[in-house]
Amino acid sequence: MTSTQERPAAEIGAPRKRKEDARLITGRTRWTDNVVLPGMLHLAMVRSPFAHARILGIDTEAAENAPGVMAVLIGTDLADEQGALPNAWAVVPEQKAPTHPSMAVDHVAFAGEIVAMVVARTAAEADDAAELVDVDYEELPPALDLKASAADEVLAHPDLGTNVSAVWTFDSAESGTGQDVDAAIATARESGIVIEREIRQQRLIPAFMEPRSIVVDPTAEQLTVWSATQVPHFVRIFIALVLGIPEHKIRVIAPDVGGGFGGKLQFTPEEVLTVIAARRTGKPCKYSESRSESLMSAHHGRDQVQKVTLAATKDGTVTGFKAELLADMGAYLGLVTSAIPLLGALMYNGIYKFPAYRLTFTNVFTNKTWTDAYRGAGRPEATFAIERLMDELAAEVGADPLEIRERNWIKHEEFPFDTVTGMRYDSGNYEAATAKAKELFGYDALRAEQRRRRESGDPVQLGIGVSTYTEMCGLAPSRWLGSMGYVGGGWEHASVRMLPTGKVEVITGTSPHGQGHETAWSQLVADRLGVAFEDVEVLHGDTQIAARGLDTYGSRSLAVGGMAVLAAADRVIEKAKPIAAQLLEANVDDLDFTGGRFGVRGTESGMSMGELAFAVFQGHKLDGSDVERSLDADATLDPDDFSFPHGTHLCATEVDTETGGVKIRSYVSVDDVGLVVNPLIVEGQVHGGLAQGIAQALFEEAVHDESGTLLTGSFVEYLVPSAADLPAFVTARTETPATTNQLGVKGVGEAGTIASTPAVVNAIVDAVRHLGVTDIPMPCSPYRVWKALQEGTRS
Amino acid sequence: MIPAGFEYYAPTSVDEAVTLLHDHEDAKVLAGGQSLFAVLRVRLAAFESLVDLGKIDELRGIRDDGDALVIGAMTPHSVVQIDPQVFDHARLISLATATIADPQVRHRGTFGGSLAHADPAGDLPAVAVALDASFVIAGPGGRRTVGASEFFQGVFTTAVGEDEVLVEVRVPKYTGWGAHYEKFNRVAQQWSIVAVAAAVRLEGDTIAEARVGLTNMGSTPIRATAVEQALVGQPATADAVRAAAERAADGTSPPTDLNGDADYRRHLASVLTRRAVLAAAGTG
Amino acid sequence: MTRVTVKVDGSSYTDDVEPRTLLVHYLREQLGKTGTVVGCDTGNCGACTVHLDGRSVKACSVLAVQADGHEVTTIEGLATNGQLHPMQQAFHENHALQCGYCTPGMIMQSIDLLAENPDPTEDQIRLGLEGNLCRCTGYQNIVRAVKAAAGGAK
Repeated sequence: MTSTQERPAAEIGAPRKRKEDARLITGRTRWTDNVVLPGMLHLAMVRSPFAHARILGIDTEAAENAPGVMAVLIGTDLADEQGALPNAWAVVPEQKAPTHPSMAVDHVAFAGEIVAMVVARTAAEADDAAELVDVDYEELPPALDLKASAADEVLAHPDLGTNVSAVWTFDSAESGTGQDVDAAIATARESGIVIEREIRQQRLIPAFMEPRSIVVDPTAEQLTVWSATQVPHFVRIFIALVLGIPEHKIRVIAPDVGGGFGGKLQFTPEEVLTVIAARRTGKPCKYSESRSESLMSAHHGRDQVQKVTLAATKDGTVTGFKAELLADMGAYLGLVTSAIPLLGALMYNGIYKFPAYRLTFTNVFTNKTWTDAYRGAGRPEATFAIERLMDELAAEVGADPLEIRERNWIKHEEFPFDTVTGMRYDSGNYEAATAKAKELFGYDALRAEQRRRRESGDPVQLGIGVSTYTEMCGLAPSRWLGSMGYVGGGWEHASVRMLPTGKVEVITGTSPHGQGHETAWSQLVADRLGVAFEDVEVLHGDTQIAARGLDTYGSRSLAVGGMAVLAAADRVIEKAKPIAAQLLEANVDDLDFTGGRFGVRGTESGMSMGELAFAVFQGHKLDGSDVERSLDADATLDPDDFSFPHGTHLCATEVDTETGGVKIRSYVSVDDVGLVVNPLIVEGQVHGGLAQGIAQALFEEAVHDESGTLLTGSFVEYLVPSAADLPAFVTARTETPATTNQLGVKGVGEAGTIASTPAVVNAIVDAVRHLGVTDIPMPCSPYRVWKALQEGTRS
Repeated sequence: MIPAGFEYYAPTSVDEAVTLLHDHEDAKVLAGGQSLFAVLRVRLAAFESLVDLGKIDELRGIRDDGDALVIGAMTPHSVVQIDPQVFDHARLISLATATIADPQVRHRGTFGGSLAHADPAGDLPAVAVALDASFVIAGPGGRRTVGASEFFQGVFTTAVGEDEVLVEVRVPKYTGWGAHYEKFNRVAQQWSIVAVAAAVRLEGDTIAEARVGLTNMGSTPIRATAVEQALVGQPATADAVRAAAERAADGTSPPTDLNGDADYRRHLASVLTRRAVLAAAGTG
Repeated sequence: MTRVTVKVDGSSYTDDVEPRTLLVHYLREQLGKTGTVVGCDTGNCGACTVHLDGRSVKACSVLAVQADGHEVTTIEGLATNGQLHPMQQAFHENHALQCGYCTPGMIMQSIDLLAENPDPTEDQIRLGLEGNLCRCTGYQNIVRAVKAAAGGAK
């Protein structure tokens, strides 16, 4: 293959400042809510205040007569039209799920579910009229507690007959990837160590900064939909499938999108209803949610109860791991709700060599907001469990938590390594990352300070938390996804177009919303084609431009989408080569492609990619009708396997034993995300990931009261941390290339979030373990830390 | 969301404001609006009229009135926070004001607005109680002055009637006193779980006088008189202050919510009182 | 409807507004100043931060009628003659933004922060930005950018 190996890879690995910034720092950004069209109407949603109720009747008369109102629609009006929202993942063939209407018809299953919609000339008039819609509810007992709901004590959907959606099991003995876990635990009970814990993964809210917004224009031949989504291609397909509109009559645009974190990986009721409103009125319609609506109705994340058991020998060598998870689906299944536990289910072994493993998860409906992907999606839950347990094992053995980990982890010379869950870890070097982290952290000095503080009875105690994580990312492999019950694929598509003036357009099927693909993909293409970084334009997020794509989530964009871009660029070169040979009157085999220029070996003769592009555009000198007058190329890429980033995170916390207050004193993360295309972007992803993981450990939780009302329904109560609440991070990298793609890249979008939560909680527990504390539920609020200290002191 | 519609009035005198409030049913005073707009936007409340005090010059400014400082109700927090007279004579106010919400809110939010809002978790009420401030209220019948203990009547409830306006707050001078506002919350922007406002006057190493106010330990701000009494005559040492601070929660009925139960708040009150008093003594 | 005259980013506008119109909605919808965005409804997120008579305010917590006769600067009014404001430049140089939704408010507040304190410590920067939420960056590079802008101003 034509290669650019000879020239220095100036672009790949360069800390390029982002192209995207120019519009974002000047306010020239195009958010969905900025879209204004002639005659556009505005929607307001009426949402159920009750978690579980029957709708006895809805009186819309006052709302219909309110100023500016064009229509008021209720579920019975839409029963035929609205279809049912999709669940794209059957984790078991017999998976149960209630019908998920975009607008409730006669039954509401969570507080925040839409029961009516007002279409008015202004947003203010829509809000005014929405208050006049009078809904007659008969309250039903809500299913709220996860364990009680799993036992069907109260049914979230009485028609379904059970709250249990699916039960999924993996057993290493049954699948032949390992031994029998019950035997391992039995042995450990007799002569080793058994650690058992119940862990609560609290419910979180993705809380992207840009609230969701949708504009639908029904005029012209195609229905045009702007949506603040991570997944414009999904939205297009599902509008077609759910509403029966032919797919080719739909154009979906995700313009600038203000964050997602999995929260915008969804096909939403609001999208369906805005399409319906626009088609019914024949006018463009806009719906922009308020933050309060967003927090209560956009899907939540996490929310599991995990019963976990770790068996080990007396010296701390793990012999088995068992987990029984209850996962709260909330009221309905969204696109991949049911698969969130599955995405972590094969990763509870972390970086370790466990001989025996069994995991069962039970998906349970409750009358709470539906859950689905949130940054990490299943892997944070897995990593937290195993990394908390490894610290507990170290405490039990009386060894340093890093030593216990090293005793059990896969050594760098053992890769590729087939794990007890049947995954193949392609590469890694846990020793290197850990050594670097220890050094940056000043591990030994902090341990010495910790001892001093303990001895002096300092009211502020110091704790050190460890997290040595790995995760599977880069969704993809379509074959794997299919084998696990997902209806879609995981490939990605890209096109590279050589423009006549030598500029390059790159079209990607990924849909960035903060990740910097315009910059990073430009670097990839500039490197490959030898053109200037500035001469590459990356287009995305519009199904009319990027016709094929599977969007952005699961830390997949670079490892799948970026590699598709590279493959397309390589095809441009392949395509150009015979044409260059023709124009240079040389033999193809005598051509070199270096620095963006085809040269005839041993001569001065040659031409640049730009010159070639113009010559192809003219077509004057091309012989033969079989020579295509274009250098454009497409590529679709579907990798054979995941990539497995890893790293070592160390956190030092100061715990005020008088108030329970926790302060992060220092945080070091050393991440191995393989080859890095742009270190600035990678570092930024790590920072943001750390912030969200730390926020789970310390601040955030979606809390419902006993009637199912969300108590954390605004940013007053749902504590997204500010700059003043987070420490400065020390971040560094080791670089062990992945072997599953041509560049050796891995994902980085979720790593920080996955790794940091257990590091923080381990540090807090470590600070107060000598005071009798062995666990603190998340978020570790001062109140909870204080209570744990009270109980620890008593026992 | 967008607030429900209302009529808007922007009087230029206190009398005009009082008349407007008197003449309009369901009228609400708009001071800085930093709490009010949120409530209106999520439509937890709606009013037929808002009477904006922002154009009344008389309500803005800080003046020295002999033995007291007088702070106009519409003086923004950002002005109070850096005012040298406040710093010299009522430092507790400077320190507590600096912890209110965030810089943008302090640019718009007002001293009087915060006090009249009477949020039990708000920062200024406990300070006003600790410093024994008095409140000048204008109504249809003229002006009256009420003490801090009568001003705060309950959650979001004060002595200011529906057709009345808080004009200014008189704060006795605490020149030379040490002060500290010890605020405890989970994130910087959050309301206090508990906070303690303390001011002490030292004679040598001995506490000659002390003022302690508690935030969010009941439906109104609370003056911790038992602590104050226990402190007087004591040396400003950790042990002596600790003993006095044990009494911080006496007679309080703190709330239970996501951030803690009543027991935790009582415990915090004691810890934070100790810290606040010691810090105040250190700054004296 | 109430008539207001507001100077925004150097131009004077006279419009009729409903009293309930928030300044941020007036800017976005009547003036097309969509660079300023709405991120919450409780005044917590700071995404809508603009300068009112030179001081930072949350444009969701000010009525358009209250801006009558006053001067507003938004993110769109910072660059002069095609030259970015040093704070805009610093955000770019330091990769202080990802999705960019909080960025206009964050930049406007950072400028205000340096106006009040030209040489802030890291803690002062963090506290000065406590009213602006960002979900992407973990704030580290934002703090770095403000530091850099402060250094550049000296």
